[in-house]
Amino acid sequence: MTSLNLEALFQSKIDEETKIEPKDWMPDAYRKTLIRQISQHAHSEIVGMLPEGNWITRAPSLRRKLILLAKVQDEAGHGLYLYSAAETLGANRDDLVQQLLSGKAKYSSIFNYPTLNWADIGAIGWLVDGAAIMNQVMLTRTSYGPYARAMVRICKEESFHQRQGYEIMIAMAKGSPEQKAMAQDAINRWWWPSLMMFGPKDAESSHSDQALKWKIKRKTNDELRQQFVDVTVPQAEYLGLTVPDPDLRWNEEKGSYDFGEIDWEEFWSVVKGNGPCNKQRLQARNKAYEDGAWVREAASAHAAKKEQRKLEPQLATKAA
Amino acid sequence: MKNYLLQLADNALILGHRLGEWCGHAPEMELDIALTNIALDLTGQARSLYQRVAELEGIGPDGTSKTEDDYAYLRDAWEFRNTLLVEQPNGDFAHTIVRQFIFDTYNYYMCRALTQSKDEWLAGFAVKSLKEITYQLRFSSEWMQRLGDGTEVSHAKMQAAIEELWTYSGELTTPNEMEKEMASKGIGVDLTNIKREVDIKMTEILAASNLTAPADTWMQTGGKDGKHSEHMGFILAEMQFLQRAYPGQEW
Amino acid sequence: MKNEWPLWEIFIRSKSGLSHKHVGSLHATDAEMALENARDLYTRRNEGVSLWVVESKHITASDPNDSDPLFEPAKDKIYRHPTFYNVPDEVTHM
Repeated sequence: MTSLNLEALFQSKIDEETKIEPKDWMPDAYRKTLIRQISQHAHSEIVGMLPEGNWITRAPSLRRKLILLAKVQDEAGHGLYLYSAAETLGANRDDLVQQLLSGKAKYSSIFNYPTLNWADIGAIGWLVDGAAIMNQVMLTRTSYGPYARAMVRICKEESFHQRQGYEIMIAMAKGSPEQKAMAQDAINRWWWPSLMMFGPKDAESSHSDQALKWKIKRKTNDELRQQFVDVTVPQAEYLGLTVPDPDLRWNEEKGSYDFGEIDWEEFWSVVKGNGPCNKQRLQARNKAYEDGAWVREAASAHAAKKEQRKLEPQLATKAA
Repeated sequence: MKNYLLQLADNALILGHRLGEWCGHAPEMELDIALTNIALDLTGQARSLYQRVAELEGIGPDGTSKTEDDYAYLRDAWEFRNTLLVEQPNGDFAHTIVRQFIFDTYNYYMCRALTQSKDEWLAGFAVKSLKEITYQLRFSSEWMQRLGDGTEVSHAKMQAAIEELWTYSGELTTPNEMEKEMASKGIGVDLTNIKREVDIKMTEILAASNLTAPADTWMQTGGKDGKHSEHMGFILAEMQFLQRAYPGQEW
Repeated sequence: MKNEWPLWEIFIRSKSGLSHKHVGSLHATDAEMALENARDLYTRRNEGVSLWVVESKHITASDPNDSDPLFEPAKDKIYRHPTFYNVPDEVTHM
């Protein structure tokens, strides 16, 4: 079959909603796009452990501590599900991790913002995970089978993340004046970065069209962003907190909220590495990787020795 | 009784706290998950124990009853009864594994013996926890061997960790007055009984790991009676910060 | 230095009576570690009662290019299915 025919066949499978599986023929660009997107997503989960992990030792109750441990652990799990999906495309996890550590690969910019008070843990669960879920629910229907299956698993687990975050926000917003101030401070800092999580405007998004055609993505950045604002604003109102956007108002005609312009300069600046914590996050991941090298090597060496010892008696018997 | 439970709880809480510090920084992502699982098990055990203590304590003279968090967040260092071993810093991964292995070996035989406690609640708690602790001992024993009998570098790091932490191993199986009393009532464990089993297991795994325990080590004690190392104050400063800074709030 | 642990495929029996089902992969140096990592990664929420781990390199998969010769021939053998046969309505238990 010519590559043109293959490509037509591939697109027809996509159009009729047949999932693409690892060994199926796929255009190189589809494979590359997926590896890039899935690994970025995996990196985001792993880097995402850091801002929240920052508060594990300071969680204010045993219940909260258990929840936070379990949540950050889930993020490591989600990272691994995703690396596993990327590996079905022929990528190698260590190569992907190297790209993260060298700064070559991107991850979600949201994790380059600091967690400064306990309500940030609530805000991350509520806003950041809420925004992530919008994207992830869409991805459970993505065209590549292993990615879609990983996302189904992740979405199932993720739903507790958002609820626990909102529960923290309720406790804080209904608590003492200091707690309420912490909650407002958190939404002030996390609102706009959460909206930025959906990426550039459709008009400026370089990968969007092809990704939609291949059904890797199924909604545009702006559609998802609007959906997020529409469901989240009433949740903020319930908490009695102010969304830090003077232009935010209900638009009766279109049945959704109008909201202000994102500070795109800030967006691109953080993407380019100048967010408040870009350096610290990468340093932390590099340190864990370097400090852990001897452990990984030792485990490999020990496994090789064990294998050798299994063989030795057999060899000895043969020799005798 | 309450102090006996608090001692069990404090060991679990503080070791779980230390393991939680690894989350996001472990040598491999699979290990982030594994260490966090152990932290979750231990913190969960601590919670059950504190809840039981609160229940035993009942309603105080001021008409209120205590909660699990009162014990974790509102006591000062001298009121904590955990052993010195569990409050030692994570150090490198070798220190963490050696600390875990020493504790797990003790904790396994301790918990197994506790399933025979005359106190019904405690025996039930031990039956449930033993499943978790059995897995923990398996995990740390395997990693002792992987790292002790891995590369030259890993062997040297493990041996160094043992030399440093061994001094805290004796306290686990050395009973204080309270433990002797609880053992005599058949509620607590007679540590002299489990010491032999603990020693045999330690020797077996150390040999399999190509590691040696230092001879004639002076054994530090005191944690069980509230005399801690300097690390303890810092652990509490961090752990208790919110509860201390904003007293009496719901979180 | 590159020192990656081998890749393992993980299969879980979600409850007694069902067969093991593929759930994904992970990295481990040996089978014991693979089992433990699988337990921690894939059964955190009570998803299983039994695990299989197989090093990925030991799995042989059929080639999608062979799909036609492998699977098409079975499609027209309708006589393998019970609906192929006519049995009078008054005959029951069949």
